[in-house]
Amino acid sequence: MKNNYDIIVVGGGPAGSVAARYAAEKGVSVLILEKDREIGTPVRCAEGTSHEGIKDFIDIDPSFIDATINKFCLVSPEGERIEISLDQVGYILNRKVFDFKLAQMAANAGCEIYTKAYVNGLLFDNDKVAGIKVDYMGIQKEIKAKVVIAADGVESRVGRWAGIKTYIDFRDIDSCVQYTASNVNDINEDTLYFHFGQSYAPGGYLWIFPKGGNNANIGLGVSGAAGKKKSALSYLNDFMNKKYPDTAILTTVAGGVPCVPTLEKIAAPGIILVGDAARQTNPLTGGGIASGMIGGSIGGKIAAESILNNKPDFLLSYEKAWDDRLGKRHVIFNNLKEGIYNFSDKDFIKLSKAMSKIPYEKRSIGGLFQKALMNNPKLLIDVAKLYFTK
Amino acid sequence: MLMIEITPNKCDYCGTCVSICPEDAIELKEADITISEELCTNCSKCVWSCPIEVLKFNKEGVK
Ligand SMILES: Cc1cc2nc3c(=O)[nH]c(=O)nc-3n(C[C@H](O)[C@H](O)[C@H](O)COP(=O)(O)OP(=O)(O)OC[C@H]3O[C@@H](n4cnc5c(N)ncnc54)[C@H](O)[C@@H]3O)c2cc1C
Ligand code: SF4
Ligand code: SF4
Repeated sequence: MKNNYDIIVVGGGPAGSVAARYAAEKGVSVLILEKDREIGTPVRCAEGTSHEGIKDFIDIDPSFIDATINKFCLVSPEGERIEISLDQVGYILNRKVFDFKLAQMAANAGCEIYTKAYVNGLLFDNDKVAGIKVDYMGIQKEIKAKVVIAADGVESRVGRWAGIKTYIDFRDIDSCVQYTASNVNDINEDTLYFHFGQSYAPGGYLWIFPKGGNNANIGLGVSGAAGKKKSALSYLNDFMNKKYPDTAILTTVAGGVPCVPTLEKIAAPGIILVGDAARQTNPLTGGGIASGMIGGSIGGKIAAESILNNKPDFLLSYEKAWDDRLGKRHVIFNNLKEGIYNFSDKDFIKLSKAMSKIPYEKRSIGGLFQKALMNNPKLLIDVAKLYFTK
Repeated sequence: MLMIEITPNKCDYCGTCVSICPEDAIELKEADITISEELCTNCSKCVWSCPIEVLKFNKEGVK
């Protein structure tokens, strides 16, 4: 570990590794600092993503694909199952392997990486961020950098230390818990299952994602507001006791998913935020693997260019570049989320009845939202923007 | 006075509470969580957002 780098990336998740790699490939020096003992663990994720979403960042390799997905199945509060075929191939990743590979790719591009390196403060030069403070295995160090990339995930404290408001309202966090379970024998390996309804996961949803064989990620997220009355853990245990009383739980994780549009400010002099730290998750689905890598790739490239061309202000163009690439779409996704946020069990049952009348070949995600938001003409325009124009 | 209590041996170090704390009062290392008595305003948002009921009100903070 040297005392000075062009770029320091805080956090070794997908957003951080991709940002670091894209920067290093331009020829700048990059250091990644990760507080956990190992990149890729623990996995706080249901691991669902799409081929389209990740193919630009990594060669698809069976070592990190646990299942290939072609279908969605929505389960209504009454238990009615509506299957919808996907218009693109989905994957359930093995994120331990996936995150590790992304970090290796960053290393191969020339990045230095350290684990057990807890970043606990920033260095400033006047008002510009000029480096970080790190506790590396009990030794406190200060390391300078021209740009700090905050890829510190949901916690997003690094941005705060630079004066950016990164904390979100507790209503807007999906409070999640997940079991990776075995002996789950009633699911198809190519289908994602979603349970909706107040009794399963108010303000969120319950998922069952196949992991190959008879293993699956079974988890749920409830809005922070719902968590006030009953925790995510109690909701999940109620479901497990009812549905899978004899299962074997191989992994238990808690986690939070920010369900908001991207932060207004994700760049400041000497620092940018990428991935969950910037709240770049899709606010409707909670998916943040692909969008975090997209944010990371844009941010890493711009950070390197601003250094190589000696134009520190160019760093701030990252905000607009992200907004044009996905930020604006996330605002629309957030509108749709708000549209269905307060759905009662009755609304979901009505929706599932309406969908069941549509023949399987004609069902689509866009069609689902059209039906769900039929009484909300404003949102129907958003649905059309997202799903019927390509 | 801190009114929030951390149930020992229960935290999963997931960071959900950190993401919503308005005061940046929660410090989360690889496997160590602390709440700063100095910064915490006892707003209780972390208690509601913790997925696995690690955070509780203590005797002072029964709400
Ligand atoms: C239960 C759950 C299910 C999910 N399911 C899906 C899904 O199916 N599909 C999907 O696309 N997304 C899903 N997500 C979201 C997805 O996991 C995240 O969006 C994604 O991991 C974000 O990547 P990241 O690199 O921004 O952050 P992370 O992967 O969280 O990486 C951040 C890293 O920064 C490190 N760090 C934090 N603070 C410091 C510090 N001070 N010093 C050093 N290191 C630090 C952390 O240890 C961590 O390794 C889910 C999330 C949860 C919680
Ligand atoms: S009670 Fe409020 S201020 Fe105190 S730690 Fe929890 S969220 Fe932060
Ligand atoms: S939300 Fe709960 S489990 Fe997660 S870090 Fe905070 S106290 Fe621990």
